Amino acid sequence: MKILVTVKRVIDYNVQIRVKSDGSGVETENVKMSMNPPDENAVEEALRIKETGKADEVIVISVGGEKSQETIRTALAMGADRGILIKADSNLEPLAVAKVLQKIIEKENPKMVLLGKQAIDDDCNQTGQMLSALLGWEQGAFVSKIEVDGNSVSITREIDEGLEMLKLSLPVIVTCDLRLNEPRYASLPNIMKAKKKPIDLLNVEDLGVDTSPRIKQIKVEEPPKREKGIMVKDVAELVQKLKHEAKVI
Amino acid sequence: MQVYKAPLKDYKFLIKDFLNSSTTDLILNNSDIDQSDLEMILDEAAKFCEEELLPINQSSDSEGCIFNKGKVATPKGFIKAYKNFVENGWQGISVEKKYGGQNLPYFVNMFLDEMISSANMSFGLYPGLTSNAIDAIEKSASNEIKDLYLPKLSTGEWTGTMNLTEPQCGTDLGLIKTMASPQANGSYKITGTKIFITCGEHDLSENIIHLVLAKTPNSPEGIKGISMFVVPKIIPDEEGNLGEKNSLECSSIEKKMGINASPTCVMHYNEAKGWLVGDLHKGMKAMFIMMNGARLMVGVQGLGMAEISYQSALYYAKERLQGRSLKETKNPDKPADPILVHPEIRKNLLKIKTLTEGIRGLMAWTGLQVDISRIEKDKFKKQHSDDWIALMTPILKSFSTEVGCEASSLAVQIYGGHGYIRDHGIEQLVRDARIAPIYEGTNGIQALDLVGRKMPMHTGRLLKSFFHVVKEYLEKNSFNYNLSEFIPPLAKSFGRLQQITSFIALKGLNDPDEAAGPATDYLKMFSLVAIGYVWTQYAEISYNKGKEDPEGFYKAKIESGKYYMSKILPETGSLMSSILSGAKYYNEFDDKYFDSGFAL
Repeated sequence: MKILVTVKRVIDYNVQIRVKSDGSGVETENVKMSMNPPDENAVEEALRIKETGKADEVIVISVGGEKSQETIRTALAMGADRGILIKADSNLEPLAVAKVLQKIIEKENPKMVLLGKQAIDDDCNQTGQMLSALLGWEQGAFVSKIEVDGNSVSITREIDEGLEMLKLSLPVIVTCDLRLNEPRYASLPNIMKAKKKPIDLLNVEDLGVDTSPRIKQIKVEEPPKREKGIMVKDVAELVQKLKHEAKVI
Repeated sequence: MQVYKAPLKDYKFLIKDFLNSSTTDLILNNSDIDQSDLEMILDEAAKFCEEELLPINQSSDSEGCIFNKGKVATPKGFIKAYKNFVENGWQGISVEKKYGGQNLPYFVNMFLDEMISSANMSFGLYPGLTSNAIDAIEKSASNEIKDLYLPKLSTGEWTGTMNLTEPQCGTDLGLIKTMASPQANGSYKITGTKIFITCGEHDLSENIIHLVLAKTPNSPEGIKGISMFVVPKIIPDEEGNLGEKNSLECSSIEKKMGINASPTCVMHYNEAKGWLVGDLHKGMKAMFIMMNGARLMVGVQGLGMAEISYQSALYYAKERLQGRSLKETKNPDKPADPILVHPEIRKNLLKIKTLTEGIRGLMAWTGLQVDISRIEKDKFKKQHSDDWIALMTPILKSFSTEVGCEASSLAVQIYGGHGYIRDHGIEQLVRDARIAPIYEGTNGIQALDLVGRKMPMHTGRLLKSFFHVVKEYLEKNSFNYNLSEFIPPLAKSFGRLQQITSFIALKGLNDPDEAAGPATDYLKMFSLVAIGYVWTQYAEISYNKGKEDPEGFYKAKIESGKYYMSKILPETGSLMSSILSGAKYYNEFDDKYFDSGFAL
């Protein structure tokens, strides 16, 4: 069985996000970038499935700029077998990414696609679900446990009401929760090996997919700064201010 | 609060800008890596140190190691962290590939060791001692011993120790009593007591390989009669499978000031089976080949302690609100300004920052020389690198560990009472850093090594490896307008160093006490000038990079350098005055005057 894992290069979770002064987006120049955290869980899980002998190849794919190669390289250093980078200059929307992935999946024929449940930059939480619809595959989202058994996959989903257990049939789309596992560190010997593993480079334009944006971004700005508190004389003044100034009651 | 993020930007600066040369590329190439691999390796190492080692630094210090009936239990979290460390292959970073290592450059290993030392100095001792043992075996032992021990040492499945000290001798190893009697089958029976054996017994690895210095029957007196033996805790068969337990034991561990999460053991060898490493009676030579590397690595520990001290102190100086800035309020909507506004705090922080970054450059440059020496075919170039390493080893070991102590002490000062109490973990830094000026040859011994051995060696040839380079650099840059705040102070302090070098050399010819007396002052002066040379180069690089500097990294380097050149380097002046006044003030001080103030 082949497993395809998607990874996205995002601003490191430790970095304080800064908005560009012209309001056109978030500052990413000279900012530390790393693999989207739930994607790390997806890579880890794929490797664990491979280590139990239930998969024989783990392919890592990323859609993004040239530098996304570094993110793929990280996954290869964790132990994945090879990488595919779909070069795209602008930030593609989830639907476009899902369509790109669909193209690759039709070519590579994996039986399982693992994605992070969402990316920490845009928090969209859509790509996996859209991909499932495009392919007509069964899906499990926000998954915190995966067990592969022949042609079926038992999963546990983290949902609002608690945990939901489902049994899916291959091929499947699974989006991974942070609780799924603890991602490994890339070991030194694996880092050394990773440089020899192949990464295929493709241009998004060559895939014949309509990636045009469906959403127009007007402006990005920081949330308003919290203002200094004031002391009120009595409850009456408080109510009056809540009514007329804060306009919350 | 112990705060630490690996100084990755500084490492990248050193690799890309400071060490950058065709030689560096060749060395990386030789190790089968390029710059971007190197970044990834350092990033992963940083992650491991920050996420696995730092969180258990404070708890492992307060728990310490527990001794019970010959066994030592390491503090909570150490078994898991060690397992993680060896599974990720870090032990073998610089070991040859045929023994399962990655053969990466030495200067990369230095960066890794610095991160480990910052995050958890006690933890670092276990793999550190193993590295020493690997080094000694790799360079001196027979192929049989190498093939048997190196593969398992370089994966970290087995750990190593160095057994030198005995109750009656530390610095003066000629006095050792441990005896090795030859057996008919070519092995030896080792009997004796060794003390201060770091990681002599613990629960992290399945076997512990002791390298023991001992005398043999009828061997020459003093250090000329010493040989080195490999003595495993559990005796392996030829394939490395564990067999019977050897006749040795740990009888107790020391209670000590710091590095509490590493056991300092008393080891008894009772006719334990051992095998000769290298030639008979050449144990000191084998030990010194290893020791030079070990001394550099102790210097790296000092650097690591200085870095975590700096980051922890800086964090607090920004957070802690006390008093107002004398000139104008910086923080009007808060009850007070952060203590970072106060000149005294700023000076202390800048002192640590500029010394730390300067030492890091000198350390990396010296590490690069180790790599050059390994691959260089040209006899004179290799000799230059070897001379530089031999000269800088006592300097880096001593000065860097002094700075580690001073930095941690200043960090406590910046925290005030909150640094002195245990909660914030800052006093631990002082206790941990304090060992480094003592072990692997005390700093006093290092200074004597510099003045008594390295200075006169090959009629001053070692000194030239530094003096000629700086002289040329000064001549080349004397009209560099950008460096107007760097070249003059460097030239001045360099002149002082040259003057004092001849002064000590001349005086020492007539009276060895006149050379030994100012040795530590001279070493400090040398260190300050060498670091001034590093800062001048940083500034030169940074001015050239000024246009591509969105984060202000290079600007910060220039401004930090100016601080060093004008506030720290002038100390060479007072050291010079003190040295010039001669050694008679202590050498001729009457012994009976030492206790003049009280009745014994």
